[in-house]
Amino acid sequence: MDSQIIQKKKMKAMVVSQKQIAEQIYDMWLETELAQDARAGQFVAVYPHNAATLLPRPISICEVDREQGRLRLVYRVAGKGTAEFSAYGAGDTPEILGVLGNGFPTEQAKGKRVFLMGGGIGIPPMLELAKELEAEKHILLGYRNQDLFLQDDLGEYGQVYIATEDGSVGVQGNVMDIIRVNELHADIIMACGPMPMLRAIKKYAAEQGIDAYISLEERMACGVGVCLGCVCRTKEIDHHSHVHNARICTDGPVFEAREVEI
Amino acid sequence: MNTQVTIAGVTLNNPVMTASGTFGSGMEYSDFVDLNRLGAVVTKGVANVPWPGNPTPRVAETYGGMLNAIGLQNPGIDVFAERDIPFLKKYDTKIIVNVCGKTVEDYLEVVERLAAEPVDMLEINVSCPNVKEGAIAFGQKADCLYDITSQIKKKAKQPVIMKLSPNVTDITEMSKAAEAAGADALSMINTITGMKIDIHRRKFALANKTGGLSGPAIKPVAVRMVYQAAHAVKIPIIGMGGIANAEDAIEFLLAGASAVAVGAMNFVNPYATVEVVEGIEAYMERYGIEDVTELIGAVE
Repeated sequence: MDSQIIQKKKMKAMVVSQKQIAEQIYDMWLETELAQDARAGQFVAVYPHNAATLLPRPISICEVDREQGRLRLVYRVAGKGTAEFSAYGAGDTPEILGVLGNGFPTEQAKGKRVFLMGGGIGIPPMLELAKELEAEKHILLGYRNQDLFLQDDLGEYGQVYIATEDGSVGVQGNVMDIIRVNELHADIIMACGPMPMLRAIKKYAAEQGIDAYISLEERMACGVGVCLGCVCRTKEIDHHSHVHNARICTDGPVFEAREVEI
Repeated sequence: MNTQVTIAGVTLNNPVMTASGTFGSGMEYSDFVDLNRLGAVVTKGVANVPWPGNPTPRVAETYGGMLNAIGLQNPGIDVFAERDIPFLKKYDTKIIVNVCGKTVEDYLEVVERLAAEPVDMLEINVSCPNVKEGAIAFGQKADCLYDITSQIKKKAKQPVIMKLSPNVTDITEMSKAAEAAGADALSMINTITGMKIDIHRRKFALANKTGGLSGPAIKPVAVRMVYQAAHAVKIPIIGMGGIANAEDAIEFLLAGASAVAVGAMNFVNPYATVEVVEGIEAYMERYGIEDVTELIGAVE
């Protein structure tokens, strides 16, 4: 997969709006010229103002509004940095680094029957992906409980199926149970979510003999491929260090499931 | 105004370098900064063969700093010589190659291989806390440090900088050992060994359990060690540890460093290196300093 050749920048963005949409889940629109170059599956790194929390937080892009120059970030409060972000209101100006990562290869799914599979905080990038894909879209979402988010936004772009771990909404279980219960079939998968879900998708795709593009997550420092913090074991020798370690921030975060050993 | 400094006969356009492992070989950050503006680029450590590094998680944030246990992942000298050196040669900056190894022979192999390459200096990593063999083991005992330094000096065609560990009882003892063995310069400090525990999961934050602490949190320790070493040896010192801006860099110069390196803060501010260069120039103008070397060791 070619990563796009667009110069990365660190710059101030401006918060247009922010609201909480589920427990610990926040929905923030940022005004930034980086929106012009952003694609589904890419991410930005957001810097906390607090200098004690040094490193930028990688957050996936949920939606892109190129006309108004805006990015939508839907993220979970997971620590000090994201807790700071959740207190931002309109007019606040965090610095962001972007646009980072390769994004989903949307052309691969063109005209096909595609599963868009999101689990938990892996759901947000599915929205921009659903908008960009010209395909028959089955959108499979896994949540913990009835505290759902983004399901209505996603419903505008395809058929939405929901699974909850506690069975309070939709199928009881996870996104794999949606496939089984509804006897669904796809030509290609695009997914983001927790590692057990991605492992299950890799296995399923191999059994079905179809491509699955999965978006991985790892602790990162620089976000631009320098620090070698966020590596993932790969089948082939990587082009950077020649040791079967791809850099999730720059070679990914989206990989074809066969390429990575997870 | 003169911003040039000379270290072991190599004249740098200014005293600002990159700290090994925080700048790759400059390719990624050339998107953000003009490498021609840097005194030198110090590359990520390179070994005789490719090293895969440690399992993940490899990085964790701490208060005002970060821990890393990358484990010196690198492509080995062959790929490095073919790809990274020609890339850096395109720029008007000095090239300092950081060398790592598990055995003395590993180091010597890389040093000999680099003899014919157009690099300006070698920096020998005897202070990485994150690999099980070699590396820091050579840098924590004065006699081992003396031995590896003298062996490298016999083979090296370029000036040799020994990069010292702060994880020692007495930094002056290590500095003197390196100097006595013929080191041309010292760089300090490498990261300070640390640990972080996730209390909710009751697990180590890093797969390696321990990692090297870097960032602003370690700066006072680094300034103190540079000061102590500068009073113990005559060879020049390259100071580093948490430098975020020109003020930090000038502190190191005043403490006795002849040059400085920006490390972890590249990850926080990809423009940090050039901002430090510009900030030093602004400081010199403000205080009417004609020559940057006037600042070296000038603390009263």
